[in-house]
Amino acid sequence: MAHAFLDNLPALQVVIPLLSAPLCLVLARWPRLVWTMCTLVTWTAFGIALALLQTVLAEGPVSYAMGGWAAPWGIEYRIDAVNAYVALIVTGIAAVVLPYAYRSVPLYIHGERVPLFYALLMLCFTGLLGMTVTGDAFNVFVFLEISSLSMYGLISQGRDRRSLTASFQYLVMGTIGGTFVLIGIGFLYVLTGTLNMADLAARLPDVTQVRTLHTAFAFIVVGIGLKLAMFPLHLWLPNAYAYAPSTATVFIASTATKVAVYILLRFVYTIMGPALFSEGIPYGQIAIVLAVMGLLTGSFVAIFQQNIKRMLAYSSIAQIGYILLGIGFASVLGLQAALLHLFNHALMKGALFMAVGCFVYRLGSMSIEDMAGVGRRMPWTFAAFVMGGLSLIGVPLTVGFVSKWYLVLAALQKGYWPLAVLILIGSLLAVVYIWRVVETAWFAKPSLRAAEVREAPLAMLIPTWILVLANIYFGVNTTMTVGVADLAARTLMESMR
Amino acid sequence: MLHHTVLRVVAKLLIPMILLFALYVQFHGDYSPGGGFQAGVIFAAGIILYALIFGLEDTMDALPPGVLKILSPLGVLIYAGVGVDTLLLGGNFLDYNFLAHEPTHGQHLGIFLVELGVGVTVFSTMLLLYYAFAGREPGQ
Repeated sequence: MAHAFLDNLPALQVVIPLLSAPLCLVLARWPRLVWTMCTLVTWTAFGIALALLQTVLAEGPVSYAMGGWAAPWGIEYRIDAVNAYVALIVTGIAAVVLPYAYRSVPLYIHGERVPLFYALLMLCFTGLLGMTVTGDAFNVFVFLEISSLSMYGLISQGRDRRSLTASFQYLVMGTIGGTFVLIGIGFLYVLTGTLNMADLAARLPDVTQVRTLHTAFAFIVVGIGLKLAMFPLHLWLPNAYAYAPSTATVFIASTATKVAVYILLRFVYTIMGPALFSEGIPYGQIAIVLAVMGLLTGSFVAIFQQNIKRMLAYSSIAQIGYILLGIGFASVLGLQAALLHLFNHALMKGALFMAVGCFVYRLGSMSIEDMAGVGRRMPWTFAAFVMGGLSLIGVPLTVGFVSKWYLVLAALQKGYWPLAVLILIGSLLAVVYIWRVVETAWFAKPSLRAAEVREAPLAMLIPTWILVLANIYFGVNTTMTVGVADLAARTLMESMR
Repeated sequence: MLHHTVLRVVAKLLIPMILLFALYVQFHGDYSPGGGFQAGVIFAAGIILYALIFGLEDTMDALPPGVLKILSPLGVLIYAGVGVDTLLLGGNFLDYNFLAHEPTHGQHLGIFLVELGVGVTVFSTMLLLYYAFAGREPGQ
């Protein structure tokens, strides 16, 4: 029994959440039981991710043959330092979000439909984990669709009717993205006759029809770009984050774009890198230009938002700019910075969106104006927001500082010193939009609405503070994150040679 | 729709055929084109035809939405359950070889059960979708 469990960890990482989703519907009559089960499932998944990361660090990549069919023919689950690290982010966030959901979800969804929400959440979780651990290009698309379809459902559950248009907007953009990825994978399959990632990477350099390969690359990058809200393709994101239920926002904002970034890394570096980058087309520079534009416009637009969740959503677009910047450097240090920011951004945006969820829970409003003076009524939530904000700005002793430090180092290593200045300008813009909220919430005279509120329930505050403390812990003790990110970056760069 | 005699008679003749054909597609799926997904859609189409002609209420009496809401996740559970069973029997996830004493029999049994799961889920989900659209009051 224990043997069966340990040998099958890569499959169980996906299967356990997958089983829990239909069970939510079967047990729909007992919402509390459903919630307990989902919480335990996310904790188990977190444990499995930790165990897998340890195995990978100790013994190297783990390969698992689905259905007993060996690698190039069957579906392979392949876990190396890169995806073990991403799986840790996804499961870690889920394990904190589920306790938070207990009080937060009933605000948006009533009675009988609560178990349906958890079923969607678990499906989304399954999809994201599946994309992360699989070593099969087509399997990526299948899990991408599972996670996207459930995400559309999650977003549409907001209180406001605008959540329906936001969800529909994302549905259209997301479907285009998914289809593009599928077309790209189809081209790769036509070229090589294989769908296994390792096999693709081995066969693509021998391909003679380079034009097809370029087309596949374009489709895949644009498709994933839509999913991860790369700068000109980000228009679905602000509304989707703003009008979704708080729980869904926290979960999606801190995991979905991260997994999309991982898929981009996997396709661009591991699979197509060796075949494409010997040609001298400046892909890296193109990525850097888009990243910088995303970084500046995202931060700038965030300053003028009236809705606090929209403000954080635009800030997310800017943060994705930082991550892309690291990827664009195409160096070990740059990738390490990007991977670090993947982890760190999940922590800080998770904490910020959770704190905002607490404000919304008591205030019933997302507008910054209505938050006047609320900081004094809800000091713990406000403190959590400030800590998350400091981390977002990149103040020393928080995780934000660590990733920005590495990003600046990577920029200087490449000799792109103007980019280092731009990174600092991005941080200054973050100071402006975070300060706006702090000023209103702490220094302004309490609005009528704010005067009546009290501190958020403990069931929501504790998960928020767990993330806030994680922001500080990983900002001080960087051994784990920096070490794993370094190993992952080296793994990715190795395949380029 | 009580006065549409031709429709009613033809439908009564056709619906059993459609359902039978669905079962054929389901259980012969491992040898010929077809399988759980197609079978589920055909089976649901037969029921939907019934609902179109004899009314939604009668259909819901025969196949209550509450039952379908259990069947729909149950299919997924059958599918994943087969995988978990192979895990417990010592194989990899969904390695059907471990389901019976002989690998060939195991493969047969495995694909049969998995396709059954797919069929159940697709059938009930299709019908639930139809109920959801047909059950809406006009202008709602």
